[in-house]
Amino acid sequence: MNARETTPTPVPAPVGILAELTHRCPLGCPYCSNPIELDSRAGELDTETWKRVFSEAAAAGVLHAHLSGGEPAARRDLVEIVAHCKKVGLYTNLITSGIGITRERMRELAEAGLDHVQLSIQDALPESADRIAGYKGAFARKIDVAKWVNEVGIPLTVNAVIHRANIARAGRMVEFAVELGARRVEIAHTQYYAWALANRKALMPSRAQVDKAVAEVERLREVYAGKIVVDHVAPDYYAKYPKACMGGWGKRTLNVTPHGRVLPCHAAETIPGLEFWNVREHSVPDIWANSPAFNAYRGTDWMLEPCRSCPRKSIDFGGCRCQALALTGDARNADPICHLSPYHDKVAAIAATFDEVDANVPASDYIYRTLKTQVPAQ
Amino acid sequence: MSGAAAISADSKPRLPRGVHLKHDETRGEWLLLAPERVLKTNAIAVEILKRCDGIATLSEIVDDLAAQFKAERAQIETDVKTLLGELAAKRMVDL
Ligand code: SF4
Ligand code: SF4
Repeated sequence: MNARETTPTPVPAPVGILAELTHRCPLGCPYCSNPIELDSRAGELDTETWKRVFSEAAAAGVLHAHLSGGEPAARRDLVEIVAHCKKVGLYTNLITSGIGITRERMRELAEAGLDHVQLSIQDALPESADRIAGYKGAFARKIDVAKWVNEVGIPLTVNAVIHRANIARAGRMVEFAVELGARRVEIAHTQYYAWALANRKALMPSRAQVDKAVAEVERLREVYAGKIVVDHVAPDYYAKYPKACMGGWGKRTLNVTPHGRVLPCHAAETIPGLEFWNVREHSVPDIWANSPAFNAYRGTDWMLEPCRSCPRKSIDFGGCRCQALALTGDARNADPICHLSPYHDKVAAIAATFDEVDANVPASDYIYRTLKTQVPAQ
Repeated sequence: MSGAAAISADSKPRLPRGVHLKHDETRGEWLLLAPERVLKTNAIAVEILKRCDGIATLSEIVDDLAAQFKAERAQIETDVKTLLGELAAKRMVDL
């Protein structure tokens, strides 16, 4: 045992790559997790570079490729990229708003070997959904896309981000996902950074609303067991311990931005002083093993107290670095969600802002996420 | 919900589209890949899953395994039903 502690642990192989193929998107969801500073079209990686990235990722041990954005369908080479992922043995998942996908294109994607589609919905009510997305007709279009996904036989996951304007229908969205033919549904309460932070006042529900929605979704999980898998991301403000953010920093996944920067998590750029490497200059395995950003919070050596001497340090890895930074000023601190953190009262203060929310006040105007893209002609 | 006993002898289990059994060269092990999920599969599970082709019935799969591994049929049947029941609940196997 002692001998093992002195041997440097080799970096484990990555399991997933999240490829933000573009930041362009026809929708403008006010909770979008893309950064406020979006990557422009002009600087996007070209097809050949993306192919190299996926080849290198697969060779390094990556199993799942998540093609995301923005709206990945805004890339004309999407089918070609999917075919390449298939060729190098990656399990390929398309994370889409559905806008820009036609029936024909869905067939092409299926033929290219796409394994799974994750379709976002904004609400279970058409008008509200379109208002949240900032795009008229989005809701109707998504119903078509779900049909086309089923038609080609690709398994479908529906995901919904929950906030004040749709929280009354959190449970309804589970049922709606079943109606759309999904095998899996993700109900995720808004996490307040990036665009969601800018829109927090309009988005944040009351604690009573959260409790009710969480209970309803949990009840439906039982009702639909064996029919649909419910993945539920509830707000963690009331938890005793933080979640293992990203399954550990630099342990499982890497995130590539449209311009080629490689991040340990998609919010990592909010942490100042981290040096990110770019796939234009380095190979994926080189970045994974050696880039300063990945090594900054890998493993447990960087930790401060109370994490450093805590038996849970290799279970939750001290929680989320971005949250630690945002609430304590130092990314090396324990995630203040943890009740052992000396900054835990900050979390209580945020949880209290839930209680101040007056649910009868309509959500104010959103600051819609920008960098819109033209929808290709149908 | 779907207990092991619920699987009938003539159901024809198969891996749905979007679920793959893959030998991972980097880690030197068999994995069952599904959306957002990676399950490590032991040698027995691999033998069971390889036979889930949507053509063979459950009882044929059990017979085949019992013959190949010279094991007691009842025991194999329990193993197969337990595994497939668990995977079906996760929607990683269609029965
Ligand atoms: S605006 Fe909406 S659909 Fe577009 S990338 Fe952001 S969350 Fe996804
Ligand atoms: S002190 Fe750190 S390692 Fe321990 S439970 Fe809290 S966040 Fe996790």
